[in-house]
Amino acid sequence: MPAVRFRDPQIEMAHGAGGKASRRLVEGLFAPLLSPNASGPLGDATHLIIDSGSLAITTDSFVVKPLTFPGGSIGELAVNGTMNDLAVSGAKGQAMVVTFILEEGLPTSILEREVRAMGSALQRAGVTIVGGDTKVVERGKADGMYITTTGIGRPMPQVHVDARSVRPGDKIILSGPIGDHGITILLSRGELDLEADLSSDTRCVLSLIEAMAAEAGPGIRWMRDPTRGGVATSLNELARDCGLGIVLSEEEIPIRDEVRGACELLGLDPLHIANEGQFLAVVAPEYADVALNALNRAEGGEDGVVIGVVHAEPACAVLVTTRYGGSRIVDMLVGDPLPRIC
Amino acid sequence: MRYVDEFRDPELITKAAEEIRRLADAGKHYRIMEVCGGHTHAIYRFGLKDVLPSNIELIHGPGCPVCVLPMGRIDDGLAVAKQADIVFAAFGDMMRVPGTHGSPFEHKARGTDVRIVYSPADALQLARKNPNRHVMFFAIGFETTAPSTALTIMRAKDEGIQNFSVFCNHVTIIPAIRAILDSPDMRLDAFIGPGHVSTVIGCRPYEWIANTEHLPIVTSGFEPLDLLQSIVMILRQLGDGEARVENQYKRVVPWEGNRAALKVMNEVFQLRPYFEWRGLGFISQSALKLRDEYALWDAEQRFTIPNTRVTDPKSAQCGEVLKGVLKPAQCKLFGKECTPEHPIGALMVSSEGSCAAYYNYEHRKTAAAMVTGIASVA
Repeated sequence: MPAVRFRDPQIEMAHGAGGKASRRLVEGLFAPLLSPNASGPLGDATHLIIDSGSLAITTDSFVVKPLTFPGGSIGELAVNGTMNDLAVSGAKGQAMVVTFILEEGLPTSILEREVRAMGSALQRAGVTIVGGDTKVVERGKADGMYITTTGIGRPMPQVHVDARSVRPGDKIILSGPIGDHGITILLSRGELDLEADLSSDTRCVLSLIEAMAAEAGPGIRWMRDPTRGGVATSLNELARDCGLGIVLSEEEIPIRDEVRGACELLGLDPLHIANEGQFLAVVAPEYADVALNALNRAEGGEDGVVIGVVHAEPACAVLVTTRYGGSRIVDMLVGDPLPRIC
Repeated sequence: MRYVDEFRDPELITKAAEEIRRLADAGKHYRIMEVCGGHTHAIYRFGLKDVLPSNIELIHGPGCPVCVLPMGRIDDGLAVAKQADIVFAAFGDMMRVPGTHGSPFEHKARGTDVRIVYSPADALQLARKNPNRHVMFFAIGFETTAPSTALTIMRAKDEGIQNFSVFCNHVTIIPAIRAILDSPDMRLDAFIGPGHVSTVIGCRPYEWIANTEHLPIVTSGFEPLDLLQSIVMILRQLGDGEARVENQYKRVVPWEGNRAALKVMNEVFQLRPYFEWRGLGFISQSALKLRDEYALWDAEQRFTIPNTRVTDPKSAQCGEVLKGVLKPAQCKLFGKECTPEHPIGALMVSSEGSCAAYYNYEHRKTAAAMVTGIASVA
């Protein structure tokens, strides 16, 4: 059995933030003990073959605070997040099971509201719940409610994503503006006395991926939804998994002024901020125009854009370049993004 | 976005870079220190080294408050919080800074009540909302953040809030610049002066640098164009054989500083006889403590402080990097034992520290430049 390499003495918030510490925990403790024979990079969902039938599976937990925020709520996230993980693995969600962990004292009105939000999101995604579980914990042991969803999907026959198939010259497509979700959540916690006309980007990206896949399926080499840790963390994982360099053009990365403004004020990098309704795709150069056109024609894909190119160097790293000739390396997120004050 | 886009305009940046090339004497090597950690961060974040000629060397100065804070102070603050069972409130900047037994975040995971606040006023608000808990604000920063701490302490006194105190680590910038200049192995041609500190203290306190040290100093903003324009102003002074204090950051920095802020600082704080700076050692009259009239809000007077002293491992060459004698990557530990995730030395702990900035933004770039031709070799 492979050795456990995780040496941190205790679990901290950073281990759940989706950045370097999360990766250390998964690769150093969970993977060696729970799937010692697994090979290949860790993706958002796994495609399994059972009795010659292929299916995709993924799971995700939602512990967002506050439960509702401009543009969405935990119930909607719990459906979209899992459907998106399936979608970026090249699969269409078919069914879902759900676990609710509810805190004693949670008003039924809030629970009903979130279950209704889940119902609407399920209907939009064309998915049904086929099972579930409910647990209640004592007051103070959960922030109202936690939701875990596990999704099962059918692989799209024309899409095969694998970081190891990425080649120098491939184009990196981003589906739309980044940072909306993370900044919305940060602001809606009300600790910053900052206000902005901003809402979460939570949505199911399946229809966008289907539109791209229909015309450029064989050219799609890798996809990821840049949730916690943001675009920088997803692309660093890609760089590491394919051994190549991801070179982004700063001017091409779409960021709303509200998000830029908040990031400038707080000393955060929008590339590290979470998204819940965007995806990244690496597309072979000969398919790039077709893929982008298909994305731009699809409803909600109008803002999709090529933000960078894969190069041989800097190996295993992400480089951001500017029009005036400056450049910088962008690393994975280390812990939670913390506002810089002084 | 106003006040941002116009200072990142690629055309203007290119022009400023050309002007720097024109002004810089190709036969000379210029060593310019940016005092402020915010500038260090901006220089790396915007990749400004890529647009500067190679004979302009930027030396990263001591102006990173998190970096220069001795580990013993963090240990003391966390020890007090644990022993007295009080709330340890601090800026996000502090949360990952390691003490001997871990960072504030690690202490939080072990049960200490650690809270992130976005201003000292938020810490006071915590105290108002939790009258049965004592909230200790772990204050750090130069003159930039000291006035807001002072004002908060005055407010606590006015309102008679007694479950609030400040563990004061505020430091002042001028003695640190003096210590750098007094260092025998230091040779500098000019300073890029602090931006935010100068909004409070103004430009006059730098006059001795021009008058007695005969070095130009230009207070600068934090956008790429600000920094390049400041370098243009410095090169013009050097070309004319002058040494003056100039203010590039006029949109924010008044020449006389902020009198109201200076007044509240003076009301609440007095100079400590000496204070330890990580990487620089003890510097006299370089830090602030609460005046006796505010003793009730002074954590160091209310609680028993262990006065922990921690020396950095000898292998960490922070002092040399801090004084510009060594580049971050020339330190033996850089990128090996010492990384932003597991910092050993002071300069790796904050994103404004030169080692962390270099590690995050610059490190690994050189190979890229040679192969892709995208970035020039720094």
